[in-house]
Amino acid sequence: MSGWQTLFYKEVLRFWKVSFQTVAAPVLTAVLYMLIFGHVLQDHVKVYDTVSYTAFLVPGLVMMSVLQNAFANSSSSLVQSKIMGSLVFVLLTPLSHWSWFFAYVGSSVARGLAVGLGVFAVTVFFGQPGFAAPAWILVFAVMGAAMLGGLGVIAGLWAEKFDQMAAFQNFIIMPMTFLSGVFYSIHSLPPFWQRVSHLNPFFYMIDGFRYGFFGVSDVSPWLSLAIVASALLAVSGVAVHLLRIGYKIRG
Amino acid sequence: MPAISFQSVSKSYRSARGPALKALDEVSLDIEPGEFFGLLGPNGAGKTTLISILAGLTRATAGRVTVHGHDVQADYAQARRQLGIVPQELVFDPFFNVREALRIQSGYFGVRNNEAWIDELLESLGLADKAGANMRQLSGGMKRRVLVAQALVHKPPVIVLDEPTAGVDVELRQTLWQFIARLNKQGHTVLLTTHYLEEAEALCARIAMLKAGRVVALEHTSELLKAASSNVLRFKIDSALPPEFRDKARVTGRIVQLPAHDAHEIERYLAIIRQAGLRVEDVEIRKADLEDVFLDVMSAGYSGKPAAAQPPAPIDLPPVSDAREEAKLEAPLP
Repeated sequence: MSGWQTLFYKEVLRFWKVSFQTVAAPVLTAVLYMLIFGHVLQDHVKVYDTVSYTAFLVPGLVMMSVLQNAFANSSSSLVQSKIMGSLVFVLLTPLSHWSWFFAYVGSSVARGLAVGLGVFAVTVFFGQPGFAAPAWILVFAVMGAAMLGGLGVIAGLWAEKFDQMAAFQNFIIMPMTFLSGVFYSIHSLPPFWQRVSHLNPFFYMIDGFRYGFFGVSDVSPWLSLAIVASALLAVSGVAVHLLRIGYKIRG
Repeated sequence: MPAISFQSVSKSYRSARGPALKALDEVSLDIEPGEFFGLLGPNGAGKTTLISILAGLTRATAGRVTVHGHDVQADYAQARRQLGIVPQELVFDPFFNVREALRIQSGYFGVRNNEAWIDELLESLGLADKAGANMRQLSGGMKRRVLVAQALVHKPPVIVLDEPTAGVDVELRQTLWQFIARLNKQGHTVLLTTHYLEEAEALCARIAMLKAGRVVALEHTSELLKAASSNVLRFKIDSALPPEFRDKARVTGRIVQLPAHDAHEIERYLAIIRQAGLRVEDVEIRKADLEDVFLDVMSAGYSGKPAAAQPPAPIDLPPVSDAREEAKLEAPLP
């Protein structure tokens, strides 16, 4: 294995060794959402004419879990090793900022996809969403996870304590994922909130991802692709830059 | 080409109010390949900052550092391949066991099929039976050994140990020094910072002393010891010290140590004690060791050049023949 592959492997091993917490727990949370929202809203919410609410909910929950766990992986690894001091083992190596980026983001994608698969495997019993265009599923899952992995790198470098990390997660990541249309189609919103939702890049990730299952979406998957790709590039640019200058990790 | 070269290295930290704090001020020194070099100084003198700059953990405000000719900033990948750094803090990754930690560290440097060397490191550092133990389960001393093993796992020609024996038991210190001395004999360059001056005296061929970010002494250890050719008067006392001794004396509990340049000074000290009517015990005269030199340098009494040897004037005290041989006056002075 080359240097960056070792760091990638180490990061995957890190979450896999505590997979009860990093994979099983988010799967259970998604099942609880499914049970409660599915039960309460099944007969009240009509999203697309041909799709039951529970089936509609499955891709949304999967993508939400992918995004949140991808973010949690890189951010918690960085902030924890910064606070524990064990980041020094990586800082002393010849690994370049690109190696750091690909290892941390790559392992975030791995965790996001692992949790996403787990959530899908369990929630699919409640409602089958179908696979209208499977390539879109993969594209949006990987790009969304990579973007959140990149955001996790930025947050992990920036945060100096767990409190700041939690703030980033609870005040930015959580609202943006919840308000992205996981539980509803934005067409059910008043026009003003529809316009606000269009400013949220997370909306395009979930909408494009859902298109892969149903072949229908709120906006064109190509538009979603363009916006998600741009957001991914922007986040990656910032993350690589911060790694290159050693933001808050090299004095 | 020096193994490590610090060239006019300065580091200042910006502070919110007041002037910038200068942690290092134009530090220049070269360490030759194969040397066992000691870096000494009190807390806050800048030792760890200097090593952090060498390691690439911190950037110098000015100046340049090279490792075997590779600039630690511009050519960091090559420079870091040459370096094995044992950090001062007792850090560990709680997710892995000892062998995993070593394999991973080896992998970061792109070193493959390293099991034989990992086994040898585990064996040499007394970690063989802990290879499968999680890092969290290890005692402080064991964690320290793993840090040493991690630093050496990619076989670096230059080894840097930042206070590796702080808070470590005697047995580990012995194991560690035997191992490091062996590596040094095999040609590895060793840079050591330590608080144990005895250790530096025994191991390091050359020593630099830092004080407030400046190099205040840079000598072969033997020259440094020669420079402080003075003696030390040591005794135990229960009562308060006479005012004459207050500035000079080094006091550790009951033990008082007074540096003396010649026999006359020792005679004068004894006279003061006698006149004050103090009762002292276990009086010894010994030759100055590195600790005395160190304290001398830190209190700015050191000129930077070995002082001309001054034969002690004859007085009727038992002679001091060796640095370690102590002339004891059995009977307490009146």
